[in-house]
Amino acid sequence: MFRKAGVNVLEGVHCTSIEDALSAYDSLGSKVVAVKSQIHAGGRGKGTLYSPESGEKVMVGGVKIAFSREDVELYSRNILGNKLVTIQTGEDGKIVNNLYVEAGCAIAHEYYLAILVDREAKAVLIMASTEGGMDIEEVAKNTPEALHKVWVDPAAGLLGFQKRNLGMDLELSGAALKSFFGLLGKLYDVFVMNDCAMIEINPLVRSEDDEIIALDAKVSFDDNASFRHKEWEDIRDLGEEDDAEVRAKELGLSYVKLDGDIGCLVNGAGLAMATMDVIQLYGGEPANFLDIGGGAGEDTVNAAFEIILEDPNVKGILVNIFGGIQRCDIVANGVLASVEKMGLEVPLVIRLSGTNYKEGRAIIDASDLQTYSVDTLAEGAKKIVELIGGEQ
Amino acid sequence: MMSIWINEHSKVLVQGITGSQGTFHATIMIEYGTDIVGGVTPGKGGLLLDMAEKSVSVYDSMFEAIQATDADASVIYVPPPFAAEAIMEAADAFDQIKGEGVIVCITEGIPTLDMVKAVAYVNQRPGIKLIGPNCPGIITPGKDGGCKIGIMPGHIHKKGRIGIVSKSGTLTYEAVAQTMSIGEGQSTCIGIGGDPVNGTGFIDCLAGFQADLQTEAIVMIGEIGGTAEEDAAAWAAENVTKPIVGFVAGATAPPGKRMGHAGAIISGGKGTAAEKFAAFELAGIHIAKDPSEIGAVLAAALKEAGLL
Repeated sequence: MFRKAGVNVLEGVHCTSIEDALSAYDSLGSKVVAVKSQIHAGGRGKGTLYSPESGEKVMVGGVKIAFSREDVELYSRNILGNKLVTIQTGEDGKIVNNLYVEAGCAIAHEYYLAILVDREAKAVLIMASTEGGMDIEEVAKNTPEALHKVWVDPAAGLLGFQKRNLGMDLELSGAALKSFFGLLGKLYDVFVMNDCAMIEINPLVRSEDDEIIALDAKVSFDDNASFRHKEWEDIRDLGEEDDAEVRAKELGLSYVKLDGDIGCLVNGAGLAMATMDVIQLYGGEPANFLDIGGGAGEDTVNAAFEIILEDPNVKGILVNIFGGIQRCDIVANGVLASVEKMGLEVPLVIRLSGTNYKEGRAIIDASDLQTYSVDTLAEGAKKIVELIGGEQ
Repeated sequence: MMSIWINEHSKVLVQGITGSQGTFHATIMIEYGTDIVGGVTPGKGGLLLDMAEKSVSVYDSMFEAIQATDADASVIYVPPPFAAEAIMEAADAFDQIKGEGVIVCITEGIPTLDMVKAVAYVNQRPGIKLIGPNCPGIITPGKDGGCKIGIMPGHIHKKGRIGIVSKSGTLTYEAVAQTMSIGEGQSTCIGIGGDPVNGTGFIDCLAGFQADLQTEAIVMIGEIGGTAEEDAAAWAAENVTKPIVGFVAGATAPPGKRMGHAGAIISGGKGTAAEKFAAFELAGIHIAKDPSEIGAVLAAALKEAGLL
């Protein structure tokens, strides 16, 4: 993406095997190369690789500088197929299936640069720092004065003086400032044209011949804009996403798996979060976030049940519906149909409120389903926690 | 002033009225008592729609529609690719013709950069207020019916003295039910939406409620992500004398995961529920840790303020 837009990057080759990495080294023709783990998380350089089977430590650092062909072979063997744990992946880490072998460059200085949307200012924000290669959260915390910021007026776009001033804030001058000026303009265009949520370049480097080069980047996109970016399908790595979360999305559900044992089925994102919170408040642990959306039909409820019951940790389910557009009787029928189809071996607590709640309750009460109907979210949470034998 | 921004007599246009969502909700709004004076769908001007025993005219543009109807507000049910444009069209027309207007955008899924542009466009026109997007809308219950602009269930509301502002739809309904459980009605309820970049924020709403004679207490419901709740709490500590009850959703949300709403994400350790609750506490806001307790906390706050 960067190369196509004319942003300075180093030559590199994407690899999925040790053989690939070795031929990449041969073709790049650079004596020194960087061997980089490719996962969707930051902090790779300071991460640690573990064997996924034995859990033994394999190597420290997910990004390595190789000075020889032998180094390339060793590093790619240590990286590929192993689990990389970084500050952003959580303890479980991520299996590395992709590598990037990149030509070396003589670095004079490392910088940090990010482009993102500032929610409070409601504008695109560009942040840069002379402290490259470091964890930016640390920089923001410890030396906020080293972090320089520019906000872009959406009507005017990124202006020349803003690019120049930011470059001077980074203490650049002459050819390096000119190079930065060009690179920043192109990066901003990449951000806007591709509906990015964030572009983070860490490090951005000044080479010894005063060129500004994006050495490593992390890019994320705004999901809401996917309708105008069909090309995202091609770069999406489904192997890195939770299978159930991907399927839920296709079914129009919003689902996030958590570590607890109480499954939740809720309408509305805010209420779904509140349901998790209240379960925990009364001594339980939610197994998931799940929002069936507004105006869900029986089949959506069905799909939601399927996804919840797939999780082997689930010991009980709390359905919490406040009907607005959503009709409670439709949810009730959906619940019955799901139980009939899939069977139910765990306790089920249902709270129906709002539009058509009386009809919904009547449907549940008239069935021979073993459930507990409650009036409020708090009662529902207490009941399900009690039923699965948790503390109250 | 009674209620905020809209009242029982507000005249409302529906943008995207011929779409399925537009038609469905326009009908329900009329049934509730909202004065729907027309709709806009480019290319369908001149059409007459029969809705809930009312005949509603369709116009080709917002400019034409406001000129013909003298509308005070518009509500947008336009699909995401065209919604930001619809906001700007409404802002331009209201600004040119009346110098003021309320725009309520219900649409979910508008690209963030489109909203950055649309919000900047609205902000250049100081008389224009944008609510949303990705929100349930705004409602001022009346003695008989009232003005409902959006998708919330009208029947759960009753006219009263509690102002409600929230990022979430269904949690707003929950808050409404909680006020009703202690016998209180609502002055105005506003869903500001869960997107990272939106129009009206908490502070605008708090300022409106503080100035409103009908509102005597406020319920404010936030969620994880951003710092809007913290900013609003700090502002309220200085500027709001009416009691506020606050809840924040997402105390159990894991960092880095988007919880349904585009804006509901803890990033870089910022935007947690704990920080927001702490800010509320510092500002003297009465906290409910469980939305089922909003009623009880509100009753206590009203009592403390000598209002009950």
